[in-house]
Amino acid sequence: MRLEAAIAVRHLMARKRQSLVSVAGIILGVAFFCAIAAMMRGTENDFIKRLVDNSPHITIYDDFRTARQQPLFELYPAGAVELKNVKPLPENRGIRGYQQALDFLAAYPGVRASPVLAGQGLVNFSGRDFGITLNGMIPEQIKDVTTISNYMINGSVDDLIVNPEGIIIGAELQRKLSLHMGNVITITAPGGQVRAFKIVGVFRTGRAGYDESQTFLHIKRVQALLNRPDRANTIIVKVPDPYSAFRIAAEVEQRLGYKAVSWVEASQDIMNALAVRNTIMYSVVSAVLVVAAFGIYNVISTVVMEKQRDIAILKALGYTARQVKQIFLIQGACLGVFGCGVGIPLGMLLMLGLGQVTLKPPGSTEPVNLPLDWGAGQFLVAAVFALSAALLAAYLPARKAAKVQPVDILRGGA
Amino acid sequence: MAAGDVLLSGEHIRRVLTGDVPATLVDDANLEIRTGEFVAIIGPSGSGKSSLLYILGLLDRPTSGEVMLLGQATSALNDDARTALRLKHLGFVFQAHFLLPEFTALENVLLPMQRAGMPDTEARARASSLLTDLGLKDKQNNLPRQLSGGQSQRVAIARALANKPSLLLADEPTGNLDTHSSAAVQDILRGLAHEAGRAVVVVTHDAAFAKSADRVIKIVDGRIVAT
Repeated sequence: MRLEAAIAVRHLMARKRQSLVSVAGIILGVAFFCAIAAMMRGTENDFIKRLVDNSPHITIYDDFRTARQQPLFELYPAGAVELKNVKPLPENRGIRGYQQALDFLAAYPGVRASPVLAGQGLVNFSGRDFGITLNGMIPEQIKDVTTISNYMINGSVDDLIVNPEGIIIGAELQRKLSLHMGNVITITAPGGQVRAFKIVGVFRTGRAGYDESQTFLHIKRVQALLNRPDRANTIIVKVPDPYSAFRIAAEVEQRLGYKAVSWVEASQDIMNALAVRNTIMYSVVSAVLVVAAFGIYNVISTVVMEKQRDIAILKALGYTARQVKQIFLIQGACLGVFGCGVGIPLGMLLMLGLGQVTLKPPGSTEPVNLPLDWGAGQFLVAAVFALSAALLAAYLPARKAAKVQPVDILRGGA
Repeated sequence: MAAGDVLLSGEHIRRVLTGDVPATLVDDANLEIRTGEFVAIIGPSGSGKSSLLYILGLLDRPTSGEVMLLGQATSALNDDARTALRLKHLGFVFQAHFLLPEFTALENVLLPMQRAGMPDTEARARASSLLTDLGLKDKQNNLPRQLSGGQSQRVAIARALANKPSLLLADEPTGNLDTHSSAAVQDILRGLAHEAGRAVVVVTHDAAFAKSADRVIKIVDGRIVAT
C-alpha cells in the first residue's frame, strides 16, 4: 500500500494546479457544509431550548379529548344501559378542584406545577383602552414553572405576594400606555367587573406581541374579576426531563381526565417543519460536495487517461489490477482528506464570523447573535460525506485503470 | 554458449483477433527457450513478432495453445497468478523505455523490487548496483526527462533485471536509439543472456543484431518459418 500511495502522491504532485483546483471544491464544500449545518442546528437547538425553557413542558387544559362518561356507565360497565335526553348542568368552566390535581402531580419526583386562570380584560388608563390577557397565578409557584422572572426589568414576581392587588405588565404595554411603576390601572373584565391594580413589575421578553398583551396577577384576584371562584383553566407543569413530558402527560390525562398536552405534542407541526428544513438544508449543501466530487472525478479521470502507458508498464512489471485501482483510489482519498483537513478549519473560521452576526428578528425587540452549534456532529458528517464523495469520484476512473490491458497499450510502442 | 534447461515453451500457440475483420496474429507457433540462450525473433513488420513475444511474456493470452513457464502451464491461470509469474520470472524491455516520468532512475528500478517485497535497503543497494553496472552511476537521481534515449533504455534494462528474472524479453529495444547507444544496448543484452540461468529473447528488425544471437526465429504472416 505504501508504494501505491507513493505513486498516487507523485501523480497528484505532477499536476499541482489541477489537483489544487479540484481540492478547492472540496475545501469550499466542506467549509460551507460545516458553517451552514452549524447555523441550522444552532438555530434548531436554540429554538427547541427556547421552546422547552419558555413553554410549559405539560399544559393541562380544562377540556376533554373525548366527552366524559356518565357515572351510570361507569357503575355498570358491562350492563345494557341506555340514557336518553341527558342535559348536563351548566357550570363555570375550568378545572374543578385543581388542588387535587396539583397533589397528584406532586407525587412525581421533581415535577413542579402551578395553576393559571387566564382570561381577557380591558385596560383603561388615562382615557385609553387596550385589550390584554390576564394570567392569574400563584406567585410562589409560577417562578418554578415559567421563566417570567428572568425577563423582569422592574420589580419582581414576589411583589405580588406582598401586594396581591398588584399587576405585572410587559414593556411594550408600558411604552404604549406611557405607564410607570406604581401607577394604578383599571381593568374591566368581559362580565363587567372592574378592578384597579397597581403596577408592581415590568417584564421584557423581546417578543413584541407577548410584551404588549400579557399581564400577570394573583390568581385569586383574577378569579374574582372573571367571576370564576376556585377555578383555573390551565395547570402548567415543568418536569425534570423535558423529553419525559410526553409520557407523563399521557399518565396525567388518563388519571385526571383533563386534556394534558406535552410540549412535544403542542409543537409537532414546528418539529415537522424543522425536520423538513433540515432535509432541504442537507440536500442543498450536499449538492455542493457532489459538484466538488465531479472536480475530483475530472482530475483522476484525466490522470488515468494520461497515464495509460504507466499503468500498462506497472501491470507488465507485476502490479495487479487491484493495486492499480488502489493507486487511483488513494488519489481520491488524498484529495478528500486534504479537502477536509483544510475545509473544516475554514468552516470553523466561517462559523466564528457568523457568530459575530447580530440579528433583530421580526417581532423581537432585542438583537440576538446567530446561534451556532459547535458540536462535532456536523464536522464528522461533512468529513464522511466529503471522503465518500471523493472516493466515489475516484472509483470510476480507478476501475477503468484496473481494466487496462498492458498489451493494448504497449503494442502501440512509443 | 551451450543451451541448458527449458525455461519457456510455446505449444501450438495461435492468436486470433476477432472483430469485423478477423486477423490471425500468431499461427501454430511451437518453440522452446532454454537457459543461457540469446534468441532473436525476426520478421517483416506485422508478421506477429511482438504478438508472439507478448504471449510468451504472459502479457497476452493465446486464443489456443499453451505457454509453459518453468514447466508450469499458464493458459488456465487467472490474471493475478500470471502477474505473479511475470513479477518473479520475467523482465521486459520495450522499444520505448516506458519509465515513469515522476520517478528518478533509481526509483524506477526500485519499483519491481518494492512490489516484490524486497527490504528497502537491499532494494536500493541492488538498484544502485544495477545502474552502476550499466554505466549510470551519476544519473541515478535524474528524472527520465533528464536522460538521453540510450540512458533511459539502460535504466529500463536495469528495471527489467531488478527481480533477477530467468527470462528477459525485449521488443525492439534498439529501435529508438542512435547507432552508438544501440550498440551499447546490444552488448548489454548479449552479456545478460549468457549469465547463469538466464535467457534473453529479442524481437528486432536489426539484421546485424539478430546475426549476433545464438538462435534466430523467423516469423512470416504469424507462422514460424525458421528456428
